Amino acid sequence: MRTLFVPLILVATAMFAYAPYMIDQAAYESSMGLVSKIFYFHAPSGMVMLLSAVVCGVASALYLWRRNPMADHVAIAAAELTVLYGLIVLVTGPLWARKAWGIWWDWEARLTMSFVGWLIAVSYLFVRKYGGPGSDKLGAALAVFGTANVPFIYLSVNLWRTLHPKTSVVPTLPPLIRGPFWFSALALFLMYLLLLTARVHLERQRAALDALYLTDED
Amino acid sequence: MFVKTALLVLKKDFAIEVRSREILYTTLLFALSCVLVFSIAFVKEGEPLLDAAAGILWIAVEFAGTLALGKTFERERYAETLRALLLAPAPRAAIYAGKMLGIVLLLSVAEVLLVPLVALLFHAPLLAHPALLVALLAAGTIGFAIVGTLFAAMLVRVRSRDVMLPILLYPMTVPVMIAGVRGTSALLQSPADVASAGMWIGLLASLDVVFLTIALWTFEPLMTE
Amino acid sequence: MNADFNSVRLTDVSRHFGRRRALAHVSLTARAGDILGLLGPNGAGKSTLIGTLATLVAPTSGEVRYGGQSARALGDGLRRRIGLLAHELHLYPELSARQNLDFFAQLYGIEPSGTVDAALDRAGLADRAHEEVLGFSRGMRQRLALERALLHAPRLVLFDEPFTGLDERAVSAVADRLRELAAAGAIVIVATHDLDLADGLVTRVALIRDGRVLADEPAAPGLRARYRSVMGHA
Repeated sequence: MRTLFVPLILVATAMFAYAPYMIDQAAYESSMGLVSKIFYFHAPSGMVMLLSAVVCGVASALYLWRRNPMADHVAIAAAELTVLYGLIVLVTGPLWARKAWGIWWDWEARLTMSFVGWLIAVSYLFVRKYGGPGSDKLGAALAVFGTANVPFIYLSVNLWRTLHPKTSVVPTLPPLIRGPFWFSALALFLMYLLLLTARVHLERQRAALDALYLTDED
Repeated sequence: MFVKTALLVLKKDFAIEVRSREILYTTLLFALSCVLVFSIAFVKEGEPLLDAAAGILWIAVEFAGTLALGKTFERERYAETLRALLLAPAPRAAIYAGKMLGIVLLLSVAEVLLVPLVALLFHAPLLAHPALLVALLAAGTIGFAIVGTLFAAMLVRVRSRDVMLPILLYPMTVPVMIAGVRGTSALLQSPADVASAGMWIGLLASLDVVFLTIALWTFEPLMTE
Repeated sequence: MNADFNSVRLTDVSRHFGRRRALAHVSLTARAGDILGLLGPNGAGKSTLIGTLATLVAPTSGEVRYGGQSARALGDGLRRRIGLLAHELHLYPELSARQNLDFFAQLYGIEPSGTVDAALDRAGLADRAHEEVLGFSRGMRQRLALERALLHAPRLVLFDEPFTGLDERAVSAVADRLRELAAAGAIVIVATHDLDLADGLVTRVALIRDGRVLADEPAAPGLRARYRSVMGHA
């Protein structure tokens, strides 16, 4: 990853530079107008958020049962990025909803689910920051539970209310929208990968610094 | 050894509670105050809003449960007795199971009082389907206690545990609450929507199984400092 | 499974919390019959060390072996051989003395009847067995806590500041009890900051400061002078 890091940054930058052009060229949706373009950020961010939450949960499980410090670094990095991408989802969502449904927020299934997932990720960071010694393990337990909870939140919230475009929207996109959509998704995913790598690296350096302090005392 | 230890811990908690009755009384009183506060929000012109009873019942259980969890583990923290329990020559998860059963039992007592009270105050036919309501309450209370006991136990050594517990617990128990509230309000419709209530009970039961497995699994690594 | 052992050995045990090291490369051995004193100022890492020996604290690196085997290999049964009296007394204040002992005896799989009576006698609380611990003085609680920790006749006896709140007579009773245990083949480890009480009681001393063992040697007369010279120069 280290050797690929700089080239991938360049690729990602190029993709982000090109994305607006591509999105502009995409088919114009007459009923929604310009607001429909939010879709290219919103839906991929949601996907990345979910992915990141799963990464955090799996890494936390590894840390809790195997005590692998690297897994802990990945977990905290993934949790922060879950919060970041979740924020993109939660800000762009209402912008779109205002136009599509005439309201900023609705307690429908996926909105609720994103909100709950985001809240769990925030509470993870909260524990890590204010939990004191041993907070790494508390956070790990929280993440494991949070991830195992995803299907239940999904199910319960879906059975509760549904208004959101179904998951089946993405595979059935018209070709003129599909291209730019997956292009944006790839760009956002690439950004996720780069941020995750950088953040994990930072966490490793921090651990290395702690270790240096400790050896210096010896 | 596992079952024996879990039951011993439960019996011990019961003996303490019989002597002081502190947690039971505070839990009940707190649940009552919750009901009072919610009545202000959910009663309009003397008539309770539709479905309000289901929500009030479950929120009162969740809030009172959080209080009970905090108090129970405060008791184990006072003379560091939790550490003494962890030194017992039994699987450590047995200690967790015992504490969890205690919370379930305590909340069940609170529910025995809350259900008729809410039914009465909010004109809700809660007792029309007693078997389904009991199943719903049992599955939901167990689900809440499974997550709550683990989180309260792991927060024992954290300074800001009182604030931390609800912050961690409420988002995590969203599916439990949705299933509980929706299931109960399905029972409140006329005629009652028995099929939906059954579906919510099923969801709660599978959630209980998954969460209990993880909790028993995580307790030991979590409690080793 | 037979989880009994004749010695406890720590090899290069470290425990750190972030940048704070509670234990640094601790290597120690205690054998049956020893009374090992862990001496050092408050915050030296004595309690973390006791917790590590009791399997409550996991070392960040290094290992603890009970008669040549790791805690993991010995399983839950190992804890049947460990008795811990910590600074907080591990008693339920709302329960009576007898209820406390009954509960812990059963937790260790011991039939409470005779054992608990004997323990209450030794604690000098036979006539107050049914009173709540809440109403006991610190000294009474301390004696009860001591008997509670020893109910299951552990091989490894861990004491963290066992003399707190005791009057002179009680102190010498506890000291006699420790000698008795060691003579009966227990491995006794006592953490304390009180040099006067340790002097003449312990058979080995480990001087600890900042999570480090500065000296590990047989106890000799003139403990206070030795303590001062070691701690002063390090």
